[in-house]
Amino acid sequence: MDRARVTIQTADFDVSAEVAALRAGDAAVGAVATFIGTVRDRNDGLGVSSMELEHYPGMTEKAIEAMIDDALFRFDIHAVRVIHRVGPLMPQDQIVLVAVTSTHRGQAFQACEFLMDYLKTQAPFWKKEHTPEGARWVDARVSDDDALKRWGLPAGTPRDDLCTGSVDSMERVKPCR
Amino acid sequence: MNTVNVRYFASIREVLGSGEKVELAEGTTVAALRDLLIGRSPEHAAELARGKALRCALNQTLSDESAVVGQGAEVAFFPPVTGG
Repeated sequence: MDRARVTIQTADFDVSAEVAALRAGDAAVGAVATFIGTVRDRNDGLGVSSMELEHYPGMTEKAIEAMIDDALFRFDIHAVRVIHRVGPLMPQDQIVLVAVTSTHRGQAFQACEFLMDYLKTQAPFWKKEHTPEGARWVDARVSDDDALKRWGLPAGTPRDDLCTGSVDSMERVKPCR
Repeated sequence: MNTVNVRYFASIREVLGSGEKVELAEGTTVAALRDLLIGRSPEHAAELARGKALRCALNQTLSDESAVVGQGAEVAFFPPVTGG
């Protein structure tokens, strides 16, 4: 594929332009599902005035490329585009875009949700929020791990002292075609 | 001896810095590396403590601690991820 599937950037992104580019030249596409994550002004009971997103350059791209390969294997989809912003962000800013094209909507919806569940628990990003009580690192949510389990993948948050969540050990489930 | 590049991210990076070089004996596992680092300072002991939610990556792929760290490897320790 010539076009980049994954971009990590500080700049904002244009959803319309990304969707247009993703489906350009593919007349077999009948459905495009997009998910856009945005910055909320409240989290866990406190106001959020701004946040910073840190990532692990190199690993981030590698992890998302691997999850896109997995999605292309599992679902009957045509193309995927993922953009994730890093650096300083303000409430209402766009954080992440996942866009998926397919022939019919079902597979596009499913693949989009799968990619987000995967990204939330496996891609090395960390959010730090600025609140009236000071800056704080956002805690991982158990509900995100539970979401990943729906796809037959192991949960990520370690319950004990092991570094768990090995991608290598993930078992592929039957493709949902 | 193998020289490996240890990297830290997020809350761990804020305390321990972005990383350090470590000399390891052949065949050392990620678990043994973590123990060695824990012994380096009280800050290391607190940040990398057993029982703390921690992830590790070997050569930029999520790994478990039984993995052996080879020459020139990059090992990263970080809290559970919160992107998206």
